[in-house]
Amino acid sequence: MITALRNYLVFVSRCVRIAFVGDWRYYAWMGLLTVFCLLGINAYARQLVHGLVMTGMSDEVSWGVYIANFTFLVGVAAAAVMMVIPVYIYRNEELHDLVIFGELLAVAAILMCLAFVTVDLGRPDRFWHLIPGLGQFNFPASMLSWDVIVLNGYLLLNLHICGYLLYCRYQNKKPSKWFYIPFVFIAIVWAVSIHTVTAFLYVGLGGRPFWNTAIVGPRFLASAFAAGPALIILALQVIRRVTNYRITDQALLTLRSIVQGAMLINVFLLINEVFKEFYSGNLHVASSKYLFVGLHGYHALVPWIWTAIAFNLAGMFLLVLPLSRSLKWLNVTCVLCIVGIWIEKGMGLVVPGFVPTPLGEIVEYSPTLNETLICLGIWAFGLLCYTVFLRMAVPILQGTLSKANEPGA
Amino acid sequence: MLHAGRPAQKGEVDRMESQRPSNPSDQTNEQPSGGGMNRRQFLQATAAVSGIAALAASLAPLGELKDFTTLERFMQKYYKELTPAEMEKVLARIEREVEKEYGVKAKVRDLKAKDGVQFVYALNVTRCIGCRKCVHACVAENNLSRNPEIQYIRVLRLPHGSLDLEKAEHHYDAEKVPEKGYFYLPVQCQQCAKPPCVKVCPVHATWQEPDGITVIDYDWCIGCRYCEAACPYWARRFNFTKPHIPKDKINPDMAYLGNRPRRMGVMEKCHFCLQRTRAGRYPACVEVCPAGARKFGNVLDPNSEVAYILKNKRVFIQLKEELGTSPRFFFYFDV
Repeated sequence: MITALRNYLVFVSRCVRIAFVGDWRYYAWMGLLTVFCLLGINAYARQLVHGLVMTGMSDEVSWGVYIANFTFLVGVAAAAVMMVIPVYIYRNEELHDLVIFGELLAVAAILMCLAFVTVDLGRPDRFWHLIPGLGQFNFPASMLSWDVIVLNGYLLLNLHICGYLLYCRYQNKKPSKWFYIPFVFIAIVWAVSIHTVTAFLYVGLGGRPFWNTAIVGPRFLASAFAAGPALIILALQVIRRVTNYRITDQALLTLRSIVQGAMLINVFLLINEVFKEFYSGNLHVASSKYLFVGLHGYHALVPWIWTAIAFNLAGMFLLVLPLSRSLKWLNVTCVLCIVGIWIEKGMGLVVPGFVPTPLGEIVEYSPTLNETLICLGIWAFGLLCYTVFLRMAVPILQGTLSKANEPGA
Repeated sequence: MLHAGRPAQKGEVDRMESQRPSNPSDQTNEQPSGGGMNRRQFLQATAAVSGIAALAASLAPLGELKDFTTLERFMQKYYKELTPAEMEKVLARIEREVEKEYGVKAKVRDLKAKDGVQFVYALNVTRCIGCRKCVHACVAENNLSRNPEIQYIRVLRLPHGSLDLEKAEHHYDAEKVPEKGYFYLPVQCQQCAKPPCVKVCPVHATWQEPDGITVIDYDWCIGCRYCEAACPYWARRFNFTKPHIPKDKINPDMAYLGNRPRRMGVMEKCHFCLQRTRAGRYPACVEVCPAGARKFGNVLDPNSEVAYILKNKRVFIQLKEELGTSPRFFFYFDV
């Protein structure tokens, strides 16, 4: 037992060490991310001192880009399942060796989610009130308590699956099926649950007609399953470029079909929503009007949502055209989908829910510089985590970091 | 059990990395020679020192962070779990803090709900003249922040013939009220019997008391603002920054769940002036209303005004009744 523990610690310490070692491109990239992280920390320190008044939020629009990014990133985390399902259910060979990169992205995305929720709290010092057993956990009534459980559970599941498989590969040992296959299947259901619960967070509010609609959940999943794999397509090409890890074009094209299907469904659901809102013409259309065409002279979100729609439609058309089989066009398409969905789901979903207020007042929201710096800092932190995970995982998968070349072995 | 190899010795891991057969895929540019190690160590030390310096610099604003929390406040238990002795200590701490911050000797009480009491509010829309005296009486009574100014009551001006709140004017600024062609609808916490804000709070920091008042434990709220998103009446307010109250404006008659001063980062809202109403007085807004539009009382007492109104008025409504929140706040009309 003690030797097993010691072996594991050697593995962990070698992983940590290799994260600090790389060529100049690696140092430059990590240095850049660190600078953004520090800027974010600095901005957050200012927010801690002066309060959330440093953000653009108000009593009228009480959630902003923090929660918008949180929502988007829960989707990215959930989207790892779109690589897991082909591999573990349909036995897809091309994606088999790549699925772990999707799962590691999920881990990084969840870490970003947790950071975004934390910076949104007015009293982060009281986080312990949320810990079941220690604080007062309003479960099952509050959807936020569900979110705490599903997000942390998903983080643990993915950490276990990735960690176990990598440690087995490091030891050149065949992983024991019982030790990870059940967790993989739990994680598939769990992935759907994290995004559904996040949707229910909004859907459950009867006083906000813009959110109180059954389509939010399905839309969340569809857009996540488009934006997530699109992000993975880009990440895999970066991995392929900076390492010589074998990633076939075929694998990227398999992911393309996933983005394609999800994007078609996403646009279809959007059309459903727009029709329902505008055709019936009841008074609850105000938020949608504000979002799409502006309301009583207020139209801060109009350029954003039309950019999102243009990007989504362009992305969808490129995806169905054979043109996007070329990697250059596929990359353009992926960027269009990611940006389009980020706007649509972030600012396009969170902010209009607050405009107009339940008492009919219109107050607009736009993020402040300090708020934006915090967001950039968290994104940099997430990319930093993902880069470190890859820096550890790639040599292990290639066998260059293994027990066989441990000192004295 | 896993196969145990020889445990690694200190310092060996580095060497091993550099001894590895060169692999074009690997990005490690390590110097195998002794001199290179020294240079690397130097670079590492420089990087570590400048990293720590940069981190310290980025954290510099925290130097201004005064009185964010104390150990006593950090460790404080949930309201419902405090024993009477612990409650005494907490109340004494709050009195101490108020005196230190505002130079005022305050009395902070933990007033409990009384048996056989169900508070109900009734507002006569026909009588309300839109003078906003209630708004300001509330601010003064409840130690609300003056800068930025927080108000629990919002008076809406609506055109005749519509209850569509989107037609409401929130910031009417009339020389004289009432204005022709309009009526006024003051909105504050509706003290719902089925409060959505209570349901969504992840930490039970807000709950409904036996007398029907929905309260907040300001020392337990984590400031996620989910309740603010859930409230269909826009009745909740968040302290986006440190509340500021001039010393001479402090109301020293305070209650733990009521009007004691709040801190930055927590929610607050109308609590039917529980520091007054649980001590047998009317809420400040009722007392100040010059039109007699506001009525308040125990609906279980058949002789109360509110019981009379609910029994005898032909028309009374709950705001957004269709949401099923079942407010204890009724709007009625005279004929």
